[in-house]
Amino acid sequence: MATDTPGMTNDSRPSPGGVDRPNYVPVGHDLTSVTEKISALVLTRPTGLGWLGCFGFSNLLAGVLVVAVAYLLLMGVGIWGLQIPNCWGFDITNFVWWIGIGHAGTLISAFLLLMHQKWRTSINRIAEAMTIFAVMCAGMFPLLHLGRPWFFFWLLPYANTMSLWPQFRSALIFDVFAVSTYFTVSLLFWYMGMIPDLATLRDRATNRVAQTIYGMLALGWRNSARHWQRFEMAYLLLGGLATPLVISVHSVVSADFAVSLVPAWHETVFPPYFVAGAIFSGFAMVILLCVPIRHFYHLQEFITIDHLDVMGKLVLATSLITSYGYLSEQTFSWYAGDTVEWYTYWFRISGFGQYAYITWLLFFCNTIVPQILWIKPLRRKESVLVIVSLLVLLGMWLERYMIITTSLSRDQLPSSWGFFKPTIWDLATYAGSVGVFLTLFLLFARFAPIISISETRALLPGAHGPEVGR
Amino acid sequence: MKSDTPIYGLMAEFLTAGEVLDATRRARQAGYRDMDAYTPQPVEGLAVELGMRRTRLPFVVLMGGLVGAGVGFCMQYYSMAIDYTFNVGGRPYNSWPAFIPITFELLVLVGAFAAFLGMIFLNGLPRPHHPVFNVPQFARSSQDRYFLCIEATDPSFDRQTTAEFLATLNPHGQVIEVPH
Repeated sequence: MATDTPGMTNDSRPSPGGVDRPNYVPVGHDLTSVTEKISALVLTRPTGLGWLGCFGFSNLLAGVLVVAVAYLLLMGVGIWGLQIPNCWGFDITNFVWWIGIGHAGTLISAFLLLMHQKWRTSINRIAEAMTIFAVMCAGMFPLLHLGRPWFFFWLLPYANTMSLWPQFRSALIFDVFAVSTYFTVSLLFWYMGMIPDLATLRDRATNRVAQTIYGMLALGWRNSARHWQRFEMAYLLLGGLATPLVISVHSVVSADFAVSLVPAWHETVFPPYFVAGAIFSGFAMVILLCVPIRHFYHLQEFITIDHLDVMGKLVLATSLITSYGYLSEQTFSWYAGDTVEWYTYWFRISGFGQYAYITWLLFFCNTIVPQILWIKPLRRKESVLVIVSLLVLLGMWLERYMIITTSLSRDQLPSSWGFFKPTIWDLATYAGSVGVFLTLFLLFARFAPIISISETRALLPGAHGPEVGR
Repeated sequence: MKSDTPIYGLMAEFLTAGEVLDATRRARQAGYRDMDAYTPQPVEGLAVELGMRRTRLPFVVLMGGLVGAGVGFCMQYYSMAIDYTFNVGGRPYNSWPAFIPITFELLVLVGAFAAFLGMIFLNGLPRPHHPVFNVPQFARSSQDRYFLCIEATDPSFDRQTTAEFLATLNPHGQVIEVPH
């Protein structure tokens, strides 16, 4: 897909030093300095006021979620703007948006591993953490939307006194399996990749508490060549399993829409269109996380401007695929000749009293704005990348919102047409989920190695270790 | 040298991956088999020099995946076609194409657990303590140094001659005795 972008050509054989593209490798570092630099971020760097400030703020946002959820459990989903026919609103929009963000993490960690893209090394840990936290935020929404979330286990097949089974033919049950599998596999992949680094932290820690905790998490890893052999094999196999998984997850999410008969949902283009959009928004989020991290932790040698450049290209590439999805959506609703379908699409782009501003804003954010990434000097500017990423994240959120609200509010039956208007609780729940994400991410940045130490060591000249997975 | 207490093995420290690879090769040529090398990052070819053949892990993962998919499909077939039949517009009870997504997800789920747990258990982990951790310098094996340890269980192991042999491999510093 994106592998033929220049700058990330597929050189499967590295030169004998293990390095053939020094701009993705920390220049002027050796094993000792790489180890010291990254482990010091966790072990010796004092907790700064900046981190505490961000953590306090994100905790506050997460607190908003606690209040919103408590009120929801008390009152029911009616506190949201849900109203027949708009039974899906912010909740499902947030679900699709968050889970889409997660997809770029798996793409970086698994797909680029299989493609031997060495540039993944500096950012894969950050991206995987992002995936896990984003999927946690995503999973929350359908559960809260159940109405009676305390019966969530009714979604699972288990021996129950009611002698009932879940309806396995339903895309919503596919979703339960897809999302929970995705979360579990991402967690395993993340944790397993971190075991050698946890051993490094164990060996470098000077205080007893850190030694004990990292020691337990490292499971007694002792860097034996035999262990490495199995580790690399397991890592490669997990990558091979996670790559089709990530495609399947968002395809299943899109099936929630596509298997229905709702106009402008019932489309075969949905799975690839959703997957591309997911990766698109996810890469924007990776950029948004990497830029402050490389600044505040002084990691410019590790996450180089070339890394940002490559991610900028991927944002551009996935923007084009997503835009192609928009185009084919339009073409099909026109060409199909179905009145309801045709009307719904026309409503999307011309109903300025309702949602048309959102539609045009998302076209602007997702199709027009990323085009400036064609220009190399702009693509290599952090400020430009951050602004583009923010707009892309906004655009992708609006896209899901537009798809969900327009189709539901203009169903086949004009007598039951409606309009979705979010309430303060919709906004509070969404803001709260951002708070949870940021809180978890800040904890990760404080207590875990944010760059894979062992994989970075393997990239250094003379390490004679090809990248993990080779 | 306290030569009366039994030891786990003898260890030599190296500065580069090339040196430990070379040392391992020579130890193997000298007839040693019970040995292990410790490196801060994977070093290609080292496991082969240690006499390790292919790992069983891919087979474990394949079995895990097949079990996951098999159990997943059978569960759906049993519930939808036998235990709780439900007529949806006259479609067959065994509507197998609709069962594929969950079958696939369970294939991946069980396969991934097989890969993770297979790696952990085949490596003999979790094992919080191991004699090699008794060597103070060994903490650098997870940072920037390479180690080769010939274990006392090897038939040709002799405390004196093996130590002399390791010293000829041009290690960094003294040959280290690894206590139990």
